[in-house]
Amino acid sequence: MKEVYEVRMHGRAGQGAKSGSQLLAEAAFKEGKYIQSFPEYGSERRGAPTVSYTKIAEKVLKSHEPIVTPDVVMVLDFGIMRSILVAAGLPDTGILIVNTKVCSTEIKKLAQFNGTLYGVDATGISLELLGMDTPNVPMLGALVKLTGIVKMESLEYVLREHFLPKIGEEKVQKNISMLRRGYEEVFK
Amino acid sequence: MGVRKAITGAQAAAEAMRQINPDVVVAYPITPQTPIVEEFAKYVADGIVDTEMVPVESEHSAMSATVGAETAGARAMSATSSQGLALMWEVVAATPGLRLPIVMSLVNRALSAPINIHCDHSDVMGVTTVGWIQIFSENAQEVYENTLLAIRVAEDNRVQLPVMVNQDGFITSHAVEPVEIFDDALVQKFVGVRSLDRALLDVEHAKSVGPLVLPDYYFEFKRAQEEAMSKVFEVYHEVGTELSAITGKQYPFFETYRIDDAKAVVVVLNSAAGTAKAAVDAMRAQGKKVGLLKPILFRPFPYAEVREALKDIPVIGVLDRSMDFGACAPVYSEFRNALWELERRPAMQSYIYGLGGRDIMTTEIEAVFEELLSGKLDPEHQRYIGLRG
Repeated sequence: MKEVYEVRMHGRAGQGAKSGSQLLAEAAFKEGKYIQSFPEYGSERRGAPTVSYTKIAEKVLKSHEPIVTPDVVMVLDFGIMRSILVAAGLPDTGILIVNTKVCSTEIKKLAQFNGTLYGVDATGISLELLGMDTPNVPMLGALVKLTGIVKMESLEYVLREHFLPKIGEEKVQKNISMLRRGYEEVFK
Repeated sequence: MGVRKAITGAQAAAEAMRQINPDVVVAYPITPQTPIVEEFAKYVADGIVDTEMVPVESEHSAMSATVGAETAGARAMSATSSQGLALMWEVVAATPGLRLPIVMSLVNRALSAPINIHCDHSDVMGVTTVGWIQIFSENAQEVYENTLLAIRVAEDNRVQLPVMVNQDGFITSHAVEPVEIFDDALVQKFVGVRSLDRALLDVEHAKSVGPLVLPDYYFEFKRAQEEAMSKVFEVYHEVGTELSAITGKQYPFFETYRIDDAKAVVVVLNSAAGTAKAAVDAMRAQGKKVGLLKPILFRPFPYAEVREALKDIPVIGVLDRSMDFGACAPVYSEFRNALWELERRPAMQSYIYGLGGRDIMTTEIEAVFEELLSGKLDPEHQRYIGLRG
């Protein structure tokens, strides 16, 4: 693992980029890592493009700067790729994961990325299992499959810890299923 | 050892307040301070603390009610940011003269106009002359510990002055980081309860508070306030030593980072000091001798100690996150003042960065170090980091 592992999540306000970043950070924290997770705040309103950062390291994270050379970029809504260069700073060896049914020519063109592009139908999984479009959780499953940066059980633990008091056991189970489906269904 | 939690700077402030368990908390929501009071309100609602929370309609009322409660003898706290501080300014300025040891979280945010919700230090730098003790925090861990420290420094009988505990808006207040929360019982023993010997509601010892004082004695009141401020250093040191016994950390007036043989040093407050440490490490790895001085106690300002720490440094760059239009920037001014007494004064350069939340990157601070080492300075003018052309 490089000194600081950096994940940048692009989405639209309401899709859970901020919670997704935080869940990932907390899972790593549970495994004894040093972490930072923070969103970039604009004038937040549902639907506006958002970006959120997670840094994971073996030693104390001193710098508070945003992520400019990520290891992984996750895109929760491919539509934002029309206005934002999501792969900015992502090296060709990096990983780009997009919430999509297919890695279409259009997406590949919008991505402007020479490395490997992965897709996962996070919206489809989320609508099927939860009846709501919250793509962040299946996207995290895909991330674990591709990088192994945290363990699935750590993510499942923090999902339960966070959401049990808010949404109850049944929906926690559904979120865990969404996480596992994202893990299994990520494709090139 | 305490418990490690992944929480934000705002939650860290709320955790300290939970352990302090103040009698009264009065605040009005304002971004980015809101999550402190939001989190604390949950503790009140869940019965985890005994605090009386007073809902008010503005920051002016928030500080007025905090002052009222503290005068009565309660331990009262508040929190605000930017325009909120600006609106409560009248009461904020009265608090030190009333000798009320109120502790308030200030989540630093740019002042309007133009309106902006992001971090800079223009809010706090507008109140450094009114007599509050000012403490700055690099990260969520420091926010937590500084808040505990602040209560005891404020309430010490030699001091009896209010404290603002500063943290950077969003960068610290909204970022999740690991924070070690120390044992409730140990912290509560450290924090203790506020002594009631100055309480207005102590009817056995009647007194008046906030009287009209004309030219005959106003001057003497202010001189006494300065005396109290000068006592902060010894009290801060003593209280810090006591807190060390719980946390194992040191509580200096400022932190120095790799400055021993440094040829150039950067001075910067709050979260950017962390980013500067990363820049120092990167430069040191290339064999370049650079270091950092991070002010923590900014009021009172430890002139003698700063002078001693920097006396052998050839060149110093001071980074300010606010401006004093038409004059030297506030942090730069203090450091220039502190070094005046030296026979061989270091060369200095003033930099402005990060206004309205403009990011400050490690590479930008490395560029500052390169500039300082090259000797290409322009002390007559402040420079701007990351300003669009």
